[in-house]
This record gives sequence, C-alpha cells and structure tokens, in this order.
Amino acid sequence: MILLNGEQSELASGETLAAALERLGVTTEQRGVAVAVDGEVVPRAQWRSLVLSEHARVEVLSAMQGG
Amino acid sequence: MADAMSGRSPVRQDAATHNGARAAGVDAAPPATDPLAIAGRTLRSRLVMGTGGFSSLALLADAIAAGGSELVTVALRRIDPAARGSLIDVLDAAGVELLPNTAGCHTARDAVLTARLAREAFATDWVKLEVIGDEDTLMPDAPELLRAAEELVEEGFVVLPYTTDDPVLARRLVDVGCAAVMPLGSPIGSGMGIRNPYNISLIREAVDVPVVLDAGIGTASDATLAMELGCDAVMVASAISRAEDPVRMAAAMRAAVNAGRLARTAGRIPRRLHARASTPDEGLADLA
Repeated sequence: MILLNGEQSELASGETLAAALERLGVTTEQRGVAVAVDGEVVPRAQWRSLVLSEHARVEVLSAMQGG
Repeated sequence: MADAMSGRSPVRQDAATHNGARAAGVDAAPPATDPLAIAGRTLRSRLVMGTGGFSSLALLADAIAAGGSELVTVALRRIDPAARGSLIDVLDAAGVELLPNTAGCHTARDAVLTARLAREAFATDWVKLEVIGDEDTLMPDAPELLRAAEELVEEGFVVLPYTTDDPVLARRLVDVGCAAVMPLGSPIGSGMGIRNPYNISLIREAVDVPVVLDAGIGTASDATLAMELGCDAVMVASAISRAEDPVRMAAAMRAAVNAGRLARTAGRIPRRLHARASTPDEGLADLA
C-alpha cells in the first residue's frame, strides 16, 4: 500500500513518482511544489525516474498562506 | 480605497506612474527610510508580511501593495487539488521575495526537513525557522530551535529563527550562524504587542545581525515601538490579515515602521522626571 499525502492510494509498487503526482494534478514542471518520499526530499530532477516501493509514503506539498 | 490613501500628491502620482504593479489608489511612494541588508540582500521596506489569514488572494495582493513589503512568508502544506488560484502566481505578480517558514514543526528534525522541502519548492535558501514547543503559547522550543538552526546553517541556508525575547538565546543563534533573529513581542496572533521592551533592547545590544520583531504586533504603535527599540524590521501577519480592513492596516503598518525607524535614527530626547522649558526665559517682559 502506497500512502499519498496520508491517504491510501491505488498506486502500485513499481509506478513512478510522476504517476503519483499526476493523480494530484501536479506536473513535473509545476512551480512551488516539493516532494518527500519516506521522509526524504526528492529533487525535482528525480520525479520522473523514481520508482515507488510497496510501502512508500509520498508527501506532495505546495505553497500555502502562512505567517 | 479610503480617501486617506488616495493618490493626490504629485510625488505619489509620479511613483504610481512608474510602478504599475501597485494596486490602484494605494500610496506607491518609496519608503522614507534607509534600506535594510540581510545576508547580502537589500530590502527597501522594513516591513515583512505574513500571507496567512487573508480571506482571499486578491485581498492579500492589495494588502502587500499597501504595505509595500518586499519579503513575505509562505508555508508548505499538503497540496490541495481543489485549491483555486495560485498563491505563488499572486506573490510573483506582487514582485516580492519569499521567506518560507517551518510553521507547525515541533522538532528540529521536522523543521530541517521542511526547510529542505521549501528550498526545493521555492528555489530559495532563506528560511524563517520556527520550532514550536507549546500549542497554547506557540512559544519556540529553544533547544530544538538551536539544533535546527545549526544544522540548516551547515547546509547553506540563510536562517532567520523565530525566537523568544531572550538575549542569551538570540546570541547563541547568531553564534551558530543565523543571518538575523526574530524575537517575539508576545504570543503569535495574540495582538498583545511587546510585553518586554527591555529584552528587545537587550537583544539589539547582544547581536550584530538584523533583529526582526516577530509575533504579537496588534496595531501600528506596536510596530513603531519595535523600530524605536532598535529592531531593524517588523514582521506582521495577523494584525494585518485579521484587521477589519486589512489593506488599510497594511498602509498603517508601513507608515508605523517608517516612523519608528526615522525616530530611532533621529535619536530621541532622554526621558526626564521634571519639565524643561523649550521657550527661553531670556527677554521675558516684566509685567509685574
């Protein structure tokens, strides 16, 4: 089971991070977005190539209003 | 827009003409104080604005224009696919620099990871480091803050830590390489102003990096006091975004920060217990 922003996803292991992002409507060129997998930052250059493992925890973050 | 802020003077008209990005009707004249340098970056405005709490992105954009801020904070949160409008696009259009924060982090580990994510998302090494130790007061967790600051400086970040009004902690933060310190005046969002002005003065004396008063500002006079105490800038979030008229309050904060800076650099008169006449006695008529 791959967790996408804390929720169980239909993603299967072996899919790429880019596929996960696509489910959230995020493109690999989108500005103001950062991704962590299993608590580690994934640089944008690796978004297309990174293959997700079976229990991956994917966090996709973007700019939010804040103090 | 209120009459008080409508463009009437020739200077203002000229400035507005040369700065089309400013919201219509808002004073676009350059601030009347000396610029501020933080980590090699020059800021003409000494008002740092938070972007949180505004009811719409349009209101945020108008408030930034009215406040004249060049540096604004942003947070990182899980992306909301249903979100309307892009905060990044609005801030780009406003021409401001981003200061990502680590709001909501309670450990050095979380804060460091959030800062790394922010660097990736916003392409900036700058971070407003917040490590919260208590949910009721949102006061910083000093040991975790210091640990996170040290690690982030080592990783090349320009670290601006949100800290308590403790001059010793401020000095320790500067010792590990922070580019500025951001002491609180009172708890975040409390609007209680500066509860210990003497400590803010002591922090000013204790460190040789910019001091940015952060948290607790409730109204314009609080911001002026911060600058009079020697702060180099003031960070204002809720006091603007949650005011009844945020755009007008942003204009007030701009004027307040400038007034305080001018007063600080002008050198105030010492306080005296007794009166000292400003009119000379010499030449006084003998009317007895």
